Amino acid sequence: MSLSGKKYHSTIISGFGGQGVMLIGQTLTYAAMTEKLHVTWIPSYGPEMRGGTANCTVVIDEEPIGSPVIDRPTDVIAMNIPSLLKFEKCILPGGTLLLNTSVIDREPTRTDIHVYRVNAGEIAGKIGNDKVANMVILGAFCGITGVLSLESVQHAMEKKLAGKKPELLEMNVRALQAGKIAIEGQ
Amino acid sequence: MADKTLLKGTEAMAEAALRAGCQVYFGYPITPQSELIEYMAKRMPEIGRTFLQAESEVAAVNMIYGAACTGTRVMTSTSSPGFSLMMEGVSYIAGAVLPAVFINVVRGGPGLGDIQPAQSDYFQGTKGGGHGDYRLIVLSPATIQEAVNMMFDAFDLADRYLNPVLIIADGLLGQMMEPVELPDFLMPDRMPNHDSWALRGKGTRKKHSVTSFDLDPLKLEEMNLANFEKYRKIQQKEVRYEEYLMDDAEVAFVAYGTMGRILKTTIRMAREAGIKAGMIRPITLWPFPEKPIQEAAKKVKMVMSVEMSMGQMVEDVRLAVSGKVPTPFYGRTGGVVPTPTEVFEALKREWEAIV
Repeated sequence: MSLSGKKYHSTIISGFGGQGVMLIGQTLTYAAMTEKLHVTWIPSYGPEMRGGTANCTVVIDEEPIGSPVIDRPTDVIAMNIPSLLKFEKCILPGGTLLLNTSVIDREPTRTDIHVYRVNAGEIAGKIGNDKVANMVILGAFCGITGVLSLESVQHAMEKKLAGKKPELLEMNVRALQAGKIAIEGQ
Repeated sequence: MADKTLLKGTEAMAEAALRAGCQVYFGYPITPQSELIEYMAKRMPEIGRTFLQAESEVAAVNMIYGAACTGTRVMTSTSSPGFSLMMEGVSYIAGAVLPAVFINVVRGGPGLGDIQPAQSDYFQGTKGGGHGDYRLIVLSPATIQEAVNMMFDAFDLADRYLNPVLIIADGLLGQMMEPVELPDFLMPDRMPNHDSWALRGKGTRKKHSVTSFDLDPLKLEEMNLANFEKYRKIQQKEVRYEEYLMDDAEVAFVAYGTMGRILKTTIRMAREAGIKAGMIRPITLWPFPEKPIQEAAKKVKMVMSVEMSMGQMVEDVRLAVSGKVPTPFYGRTGGVVPTPTEVFEALKREWEAIV
């Protein structure tokens, strides 16, 4: 009996409050739904300090999802150093660690996982808004895993940003694409 | 297939309750289900329903008592300490034989506890909680889709048996998001007819009376016996549970709600490691599915309960198994959610102890 379908991904996305980790997770979740996959999203919730660390877990599968609670993720997106320290050790062997190197200035220690590095802050700055760094990371994640097409993620983003300024959407789309390009060749 | 919507558990339950015909909501906000009452506050006036935020849970439950006397579909939602505050009213509503729906999105306790997911209100929900001889029909969903469908079932059961129905969820189910298919709004002709007893203004009809008491002990006993005749029917007809990979199972897990869902991953891990595990997941916590557990105890080598508590449902599991096979327990408390791997390790320890 296999654990799960071949599109199975369990991903922990973690960073400071304000880095947009919940939005990365929700956009991914929405996109998975539009691709008719099974998907769950759970946030860490509770009393938090300003500047504290927040994370969410997204499970995507072709089969109905068992546990939405994940202790051994296939992928981790670390947006800051505390997230790297907390979740690097949990990743399944052969799994993926995506680092936001505009904040993380140190190297992971594991050698049995795939590590990708994206300077999301710098790329977002070039696009013209530091706040789209999270979408740069999401674009990179889609490029790495291939679990969802950039089109459905873009569609999910349009839904999420419905009613906001069109420039904002355009900037987010450019961020997604720039993120995907940034991991090419890694 | 209809289009799916991505909703938080609390919001999905709220929308489903409205589609199931909930006309009136009284409540008081408390984490981790404040989004439910918030959703109701916004949505109910839009569709011509009545929402009222009470000054406390004690006030809310008595408003529910009043609305239930009119036979109107009424509900509230709360979390553990809030449900404790409602206990007096719940007992009155059960005693007065009235339909109402309660949701307890359980958090860590006792006392103020914390706001993380827990299952430590099982005793409170299934064994009384309030005073006197009464039962609640208690349902527990494992997924958001099941929670959505359960809202319809809950109102139907409450109306069919004139009894309060409690849905026990937990903070994890409340806070998570998952795509769901929302059933259509129930048409008014699908609503129950309570003309024979409801209090809606006497007019020219004969007098109706709704009460939870009689000072004559023999008459009160008669009322209670009639209620217990009803409970017996509920036990015969309304037991709901899911069997998961039980056909060839050597170990039967028993777990409900979120824990039952997490265990599906543990079971797959166990099977990959050569331990044939399966699960009986109670969907009704009362009436408790004791027969399938009794049957399983004849075939398996071990019946293991897993809960987000120090062990409450396990007492019902042990009654059902009745000493036929070992009945180990694993749980975490205070708002800690056991992970699939952690339960797998616990399973291995228990399994090695008996084989």
